[in-house]
Amino acid sequence: MQHRIDPEKVGPQGEVMAHAIEACVHCGFCLPACPTYQVLGEEMDSPRGRIFLMKEVLEGSLSLEEAQPYIDKCLGCLGCVTACPSGVPYGELITSFRAYSEPKRRRPLFQKAFRMGLQETLPYPARFRAAARLGRLARPLKPLLPSFLRAPLELLPAELPPPEPLPERVAAEGERRARVAFLAGCAQQVLQPGFNRAALRVLARNGVEVVIPKGQVCCGALALHTGERERALRLARQNLRAFSGDYDAILTNAAGCGSGLKEYPLLFRGEAEEEEARALAQRVKDIAVFLVELGLREVPPLKEPLRVAYHDACHLAHAQGVRAEPRALLRSIPGVELVEIPEGELCCGSAGTYNLEQPQIAATLGERKARNILATGAQVVVTGNIGCHTQIQNHLRKLGQNLPVLHTVELLDKAYAGQL
Amino acid sequence: MTPALRELEILFPKGLLHRPGELAPYESDALTAFRARPLAVVLPESHEEVVAAVRWCQKHRIPYVARGSGTSLSGGSLPVEGGIVIALNRMNRLLRLDPKERTAVVQPGFINLQVSLAAAPYGLYYAPDPSSQPVSTIGGNLAFNSGGAHCLKYGMTSNHVLGAKVVLPDGETASLGSESLEGVGPDWLGLFVGSEGLLGIATEVTLRLLPKPEAYHTVLAAYDTLEKAGEAVAAVVASGILPGAMEIMDSLAIEAAEAAVGAGYPREARALLIVELEGEAPEVEAEAHHLEQVIRSSGAYEVRVAQSEAERMKIWKGRKAAFSAVGRLSPDYIVQDGVVPRSKLGQALAEIERLSERYGLRVANVFHAGDGNLHPLILYNGRVPGELERAEELAGEILRLCVALGGSITGEHGVGMEKRAYMPEMFSPTDLEAMRRIRQALDPLELSNRGKMFPGGEPRPPSGPHPLERAGVIVRE
Ligand SMILES: Cc1cc2nc3c(=O)[nH]c(=O)nc-3n(C[C@H](O)[C@H](O)[C@H](O)COP(=O)(O)OP(=O)(O)OC[C@H]3O[C@@H](n4cnc5c(N)ncnc54)[C@H](O)[C@@H]3O)c2cc1C
Ligand code: SF4
Ligand code: SF4
Repeated sequence: MQHRIDPEKVGPQGEVMAHAIEACVHCGFCLPACPTYQVLGEEMDSPRGRIFLMKEVLEGSLSLEEAQPYIDKCLGCLGCVTACPSGVPYGELITSFRAYSEPKRRRPLFQKAFRMGLQETLPYPARFRAAARLGRLARPLKPLLPSFLRAPLELLPAELPPPEPLPERVAAEGERRARVAFLAGCAQQVLQPGFNRAALRVLARNGVEVVIPKGQVCCGALALHTGERERALRLARQNLRAFSGDYDAILTNAAGCGSGLKEYPLLFRGEAEEEEARALAQRVKDIAVFLVELGLREVPPLKEPLRVAYHDACHLAHAQGVRAEPRALLRSIPGVELVEIPEGELCCGSAGTYNLEQPQIAATLGERKARNILATGAQVVVTGNIGCHTQIQNHLRKLGQNLPVLHTVELLDKAYAGQL
Repeated sequence: MTPALRELEILFPKGLLHRPGELAPYESDALTAFRARPLAVVLPESHEEVVAAVRWCQKHRIPYVARGSGTSLSGGSLPVEGGIVIALNRMNRLLRLDPKERTAVVQPGFINLQVSLAAAPYGLYYAPDPSSQPVSTIGGNLAFNSGGAHCLKYGMTSNHVLGAKVVLPDGETASLGSESLEGVGPDWLGLFVGSEGLLGIATEVTLRLLPKPEAYHTVLAAYDTLEKAGEAVAAVVASGILPGAMEIMDSLAIEAAEAAVGAGYPREARALLIVELEGEAPEVEAEAHHLEQVIRSSGAYEVRVAQSEAERMKIWKGRKAAFSAVGRLSPDYIVQDGVVPRSKLGQALAEIERLSERYGLRVANVFHAGDGNLHPLILYNGRVPGELERAEELAGEILRLCVALGGSITGEHGVGMEKRAYMPEMFSPTDLEAMRRIRQALDPLELSNRGKMFPGGEPRPPSGPHPLERAGVIVRE
């Protein structure tokens, strides 16, 4: 698409944004893939519409305030990237645009405080844990609270599992086949410590030595995607240091964190560490991809056949193009019958802090996803991301269904242990 | 807000867009070289709301444009400056599907591909398959009489629409066609299909469904010249085979499609021909045999036959993504849509290549070869001063070439804004006058999609009653 953006004027990521806008030919192929367009049916809330709005703002012909509500509603799910035949790097565009616009916008004081609060708690397991405890205490006050505080309360689990510090190193069982570094993830450690335990057991069982480098912090995706570039850079720099050792791969078992690390080259564009960031990003792998490449050691058959629905986390399928590998892992468990979820490419509405900031759209999408899952008649839902896990579980419960929701490695772990 | 707009807001409390940030994304369709900001956009949710919007436009003499998914490539759904956009995206439901009668009744915002998905459990599908089928709406398809690869065998949208409920430009409702193929009286529906939103807005459409073909046989042939591929098409037709589809892509289109979806096409080919046979299994098998001989002797240097449904889908995925994928090769492009007689395909392609060299602009070709419907994509960079103008000129030359070879200026993308200036090359003044009179009979103020299709933008003062009107066939108010 033609544009009159002057990349110089727009800042360090001007080129990136101009390039993305240029690649968009306004064909509309992304419309059916966009969850907000599906729900709202308006051009402003479609990828094509958002690209046009960003273009207008960057050209200076539309004020930021006019475009902001629609940019804010974007989940960052990247469904549009998968659908776009023209190869528009929408993820780079929206992330850069948020970084560009955040410092320029005025937010009400309470909103600023709330966002700051999220940024200061979610990435830090100890703080998150403390906040979650406080939140539980506040639950009886819920009806009295403003809506933006009610949403997070609804998402908190009734009971937090006890904290479990991870070891610094886990040895391989049998012959050592690889040595990897592991990113533990922040919210995931607090909400579902079982994911990491399962991952470590499955890796060890497959002859992988795992190092969990000290000094690792949140990947910074949360900050990056909400336009807090400086904060994201600060976190990312610590990780560049923590993961600088010589490993066969850097593994994540949370889709959002994996794609967060893979975005470091974009984040560091024009910074001194650009090369280092690229090198790190190249070594990052989702645990499912790594296990498939390595080749799983034999999994014992399940006692009874199990009908499993695999949910594609957006940050695996759309952001990292990882679709086949988790399915391959599940299929390699004898007794698993894998089923596909209708409208599988559509986001479940979790999307980082989205369900806190746009609770209505998030809830519509969550319910739609839960209904689609139920339509498959699956006995278990499996996914590779903590956000999706929480969202899907909540919405299944809301529909009165107690279908278990597991991480891919949890199902593998249980199969290895003969628990299924 | 003006009093008129306030009135509109009362009519559409939840479906009125009028702020700059809301309007900007509606400024263009898929042809971004044209843009115009409307006064407002309304999102009706029912037939009655469409009537209300149209009546409001009549009352205030404000022009309007119906809009589906905005994938028109000719500026068809471009707003009229200061007019209203009636966006039908919330009228997107399937109303009825009758597997016994093989019909589906849908709202205009229902997406083409969804019809086939809904019909699939009954072994049925909706045949017209424009490449934009995952996105474009039935309303838009109807207005442009859209076609696709498989229209060679089954015909365009007009052959698959049985009836439509429409809101005429004066706000009256008319039911055109019937639920069966044997209608009575003149074919009013036929007049409406392809009228590009000038004669009214469809709010309910009855579609004909077909049983899914039992078997497919899909062949991909690679050639070292575009002309050879063109001649192969003529040879297939001359042999008496009637394929479901015959499509050609040239090397630029191949490059783009490969980059977009990795369809596995032979990359070094100068031209690819896709031929698909479909129908009952024994018939397809016999034809496949025959086809193989024809293709072998057409000079193809590589021939592949899809061995599975997955391989077949992959071949088509590349073809269907090709238009938008060209965005990877160039920031801007114009898709042209002309028709030439099948026997002149080779000649037309050679001529286009020559024009491309002369203008110094790359032209990618991907088209429905079976019915001679060319789609040259003219690549340009809008930021280079003068390139857009040169691209438009080249596009014009290609259209003139089509007319000169005995073809037409549009196969399926419509006249819209883009081609209205070429109408006089195709139609005589008397033809155009007749069309105008029909339009004026229904829409004396020319409010419905004003400025499209007819050369020159401004409406003319209403002429006297039309002969058909005097005879009582067409009625105003
Ligand atoms: C990548 C790409 C590939 C394409 N491939 C093909 C192809 O293979 N074959 C083909 O034929 N076309 C093709 N097209 C063009 C386009 O998709 C079709 O013209 C399609 O029918 C437009 O549908 P839409 O819903 O987007 O309508 P819009 O673009 O929104 O509108 C098109 C026209 O229809 C009118 N209209 C819309 N709804 C109604 C209604 N309910 N009642 C009356 N008038 C209405 C509008 O006023 C406008 O004039 C392609 C477009 C793109 C971008
Ligand atoms: S599919 Fe890609 S090129 Fe087409 S409108 Fe969407 S982002 Fe733009
Ligand atoms: S990232 Fe998701 S929500 Fe945002 S525009 Fe793309 S498809 Fe829509």
